[in-house]
Amino acid sequence: MKTFTVALLCMVVLPAQASEAVITQMHDSYRTEGASEFSAARGKSMWTQNFIQKKSGRQVNCATCHSADLTQAGSHIRTGKIIEPMASSVNTERFNDPAKIEKWFLRNCKWTTGRECSAQEKGDFLAYFQSE
Amino acid sequence: MKKRILAGAVIMASSVMLSVSGIAFADKDKDEGSYGYSKDGYGLFERTTTIPIVKNKLYATECGSCHFAYQPGWLPARSWQKMMGGLDNHFGENAELDQKTSDQITRYLVAESADMKSNRKSRKILRSIRENEAPLSISSLRYMLKKHDEIPQRLIKGNAKVGSRANCIACHKGATKGYFNEHGVNIPGYGPWED
Repeated sequence: MKTFTVALLCMVVLPAQASEAVITQMHDSYRTEGASEFSAARGKSMWTQNFIQKKSGRQVNCATCHSADLTQAGSHIRTGKIIEPMASSVNTERFNDPAKIEKWFLRNCKWTTGRECSAQEKGDFLAYFQSE
Repeated sequence: MKKRILAGAVIMASSVMLSVSGIAFADKDKDEGSYGYSKDGYGLFERTTTIPIVKNKLYATECGSCHFAYQPGWLPARSWQKMMGGLDNHFGENAELDQKTSDQITRYLVAESADMKSNRKSRKILRSIRENEAPLSISSLRYMLKKHDEIPQRLIKGNAKVGSRANCIACHKGATKGYFNEHGVNIPGYGPWED
């Protein structure tokens, strides 16, 4: 019974810890790229900041596909693909892989804002995901 | 002497079985028909007659995380190469990959492309594409348009659970297994499609 409880605890707690560790590690690496303190509030305000896509002329922001509420799933405006919630408290598996995080930052920053995000911006987003 | 009789019997038995199975497998859907097809939809010869399934994990994860992981046999190598060279504008989306991943996936797609495959569908696809063309959209291939011309748009585009012909798996329940026979079709909100 004790073993079972421990195993259960590991299953529930470990993924969250893993994502915590990954985010800390990424924050450290963003600092070496010149970023300073990270702010969840800045991340939050940028999440719903509007941009006009050059090619389509559409007005978009992060919440267009993700959802303005990080604890809720979003849906891609074109494909309808369900995008799992971005709050690390809800989606414990999402932030376990730095390469995956960077891949989507690259794609989605360019898609939304027309340019790559800076180390500071990415760190602010991660702080925001962690805060909800 | 006994051996000869036995050998003869074996030959007789197998030829009878072959001819019977020939009858059994005839008279099915025009495209997949004269090949294996069983009630559960996955016949004895399914693997050799349908489009080969996706066997590459990297491709399945990277591409399949956004859309149905189309079997590479749906397009010629030149199309896959062009597609993988323009992932930053992938049907209007940014689907960029790092160079290493992109190269690995391209190698897989090319090696398994329609040019490399001898199944009926890949051959038909190839025949329907002009040599100077490198189409990117599988669902807009002349072959695909023809295959779907009887389905009203309201069941595809106007159907929230389908949205597009590109969403194979919405109606073709065996799509992942390379099974696209119309007998396996189930249109959300409508049901099976038989004509």
